Amino acid sequence: MPALEVKDLATTFHTDDGLVKAVSGVSFSLDQGKTLGVVGESGSGKSVTFLTVMGLVDPRHAQVSGSVLLNGEEMLGASQARLRQIRGATIGMIFQDPMTSLNPVKTIGWQLEEAVLIHQDVTRKEARRQAIEILKEVEIPRSDQRVDDYPHQFSGGMRQRVMIAMALINNPEVLIADEPTTALDVTTQAQILRLMGRLQQEHQMAIVMVTHDLGVVAELANDVIVMYGGKVVEQANVDDLFARPEMPYTWGLLGSLPRLNAEGSRLEQIPGQPPSLLNPPRGCPFNPRCAFVMDVCRTDLPELRRSDNGEEHYFRCHLDDETRTRTWEAKHAALVSKDAAA
Amino acid sequence: MTQFLIRRLFWAVFLFFVATIITYLIFWVIPADPAALAAGKAASPADILRVRHFLHLDRPIWEQYYYFVQNLVVHRSLGMSFVNRESVDSIIGKDAPVTASLVFGGAVFWLSLSIPVGILSALRPRSILDRITMTFVLIGISAHPVWIGLILSFLFGYKLHLTPIAGYCNFIPGSPGAQCEGPVQWAYHMILPWITFMILFAALYVRLVRANVMETMSEDYVRTARAKGASERRVMVHHVLRNSMLPVVTILGMDLGLALGGAIFTETIFNLPGLGREVISAYNADDLPVITGVVVFSTICVIIFNLIVDVTYGFLDPRIRPS
Repeated sequence: MPALEVKDLATTFHTDDGLVKAVSGVSFSLDQGKTLGVVGESGSGKSVTFLTVMGLVDPRHAQVSGSVLLNGEEMLGASQARLRQIRGATIGMIFQDPMTSLNPVKTIGWQLEEAVLIHQDVTRKEARRQAIEILKEVEIPRSDQRVDDYPHQFSGGMRQRVMIAMALINNPEVLIADEPTTALDVTTQAQILRLMGRLQQEHQMAIVMVTHDLGVVAELANDVIVMYGGKVVEQANVDDLFARPEMPYTWGLLGSLPRLNAEGSRLEQIPGQPPSLLNPPRGCPFNPRCAFVMDVCRTDLPELRRSDNGEEHYFRCHLDDETRTRTWEAKHAALVSKDAAA
Repeated sequence: MTQFLIRRLFWAVFLFFVATIITYLIFWVIPADPAALAAGKAASPADILRVRHFLHLDRPIWEQYYYFVQNLVVHRSLGMSFVNRESVDSIIGKDAPVTASLVFGGAVFWLSLSIPVGILSALRPRSILDRITMTFVLIGISAHPVWIGLILSFLFGYKLHLTPIAGYCNFIPGSPGAQCEGPVQWAYHMILPWITFMILFAALYVRLVRANVMETMSEDYVRTARAKGASERRVMVHHVLRNSMLPVVTILGMDLGLALGGAIFTETIFNLPGLGREVISAYNADDLPVITGVVVFSTICVIIFNLIVDVTYGFLDPRIRPS
């Protein structure tokens, strides 16, 4: 049984300006000990998807449909009391900005102990022992003293370690990391990613890594979902996705990656802006920015269909197989020759 | 911490001079003849001259100011009233408890109303409760204390006979010549002035609390708490409240000083013998020592309130705690 299985998830927000279809048709399955990378630019719906999975979208403003199975248990429609039992215990979440994600007026220790006391029937003393223990595990030096410090006495990287510690203190089976390294500098990013990798090995958790950094995905993920305009546009095993991406948006993402040995050449960019979710384009959400746009793209949303390249490889695109193969091979050749020239 | 207190002390001395010099300057600018008023209607011009000399009013204004400071430093005294030669110290000592009753009692009233109501309307924005409170807030902000005071006094005192129309009773029994005394009578007489204060300030504070609670609820660390599985109650009590009360404490410190000024109207309406009413009658009699005395006292109060706020703030928010 997969640790986390999501089927046809959709989240719609009621706003003053009308209905916003933030996410629709998201499906995936994630096994114990595996990592799912979720890529997309801001507003692509990746954060909303996982806030919905956590049951953290406000039911007064959001309408949710589909299915979220955590260890086989349906989360959508579960009672608030049950959700509270699950959140922080079976499924943990860490957020993008460690500078604002900790309560500034409570000590680190208090906040870690709180996570323990909510879910375990233990004394405060035991909770404190666990807090110090987990701080040691996320490599915070002098953890028995630092436990009494306030968040502002920690650096950004240290705070993200504390956030990870807080999410892991009850030994969850699934960890959702919503852009955990975006707000950190590059060396700290590498440390945090290495730490997460090690903790995953030790705890055998399933990790969802939401990011807009394909480098992070290449390094950590087993499977990848590419999201655009609130929809999954491509979904594959990480090797298949990097070897043979099937649709123009993913091509653009891969083309925009900086390459170490291509110094001096301009990065490719995808022209235009991400679509407004309030007023999405008709048909394929990527059609206003797509270099290969056809008439059908402006009227019909392409179905998520199976690719012949790779086992569980799905994508959305109206282009026929031959054109896609030809275009990708040309693009790939250009990238490779750029590498070779450098 | 000591450095902080020393800096504060310098500020206090500076503010004292600014406030008192401005008071003297205003007095010097306005056309007034306190000597004539003090000497009385039947006084001859010679009497008035003698009074003027006796009160140092024939000296230039800076010299009068010098006498005031000298008197304060050497004799620790704020001087004596021009009108009845009563010591300003004892006037303030008599009036300050009345104003303190009004301001602090009022603060308890307006806080105990506006904190729960503000939180409730923040939890349910656009609900019926929220809309009703916002309407009252609008009325409270728009209305003048004199109008509110008169309406309350007319309605509850004159028409319904539920409360006294006006007047004050000492909290501590045993003062000679008092018509009524004791905590119960005190509270009974203060209830309408307190409610007047409550309507005035609760309006602002409901808005303040509501806005701060709503802002805090959208903070990332509140989401973190929910992700930990914390109940809404726990989120509210441990994560939202303390953080959202920080700005309220600051504003409260400033408003307690401001309320001393607001007391002028309320004390006049309800005939309370406090500092506000004292300053009005001193103003009508051009009684400079009393006015200056009240100004000095209010300045000291404001400085002390701000100090208390700073210390409380450091206690509430570890980020600015001096280590």
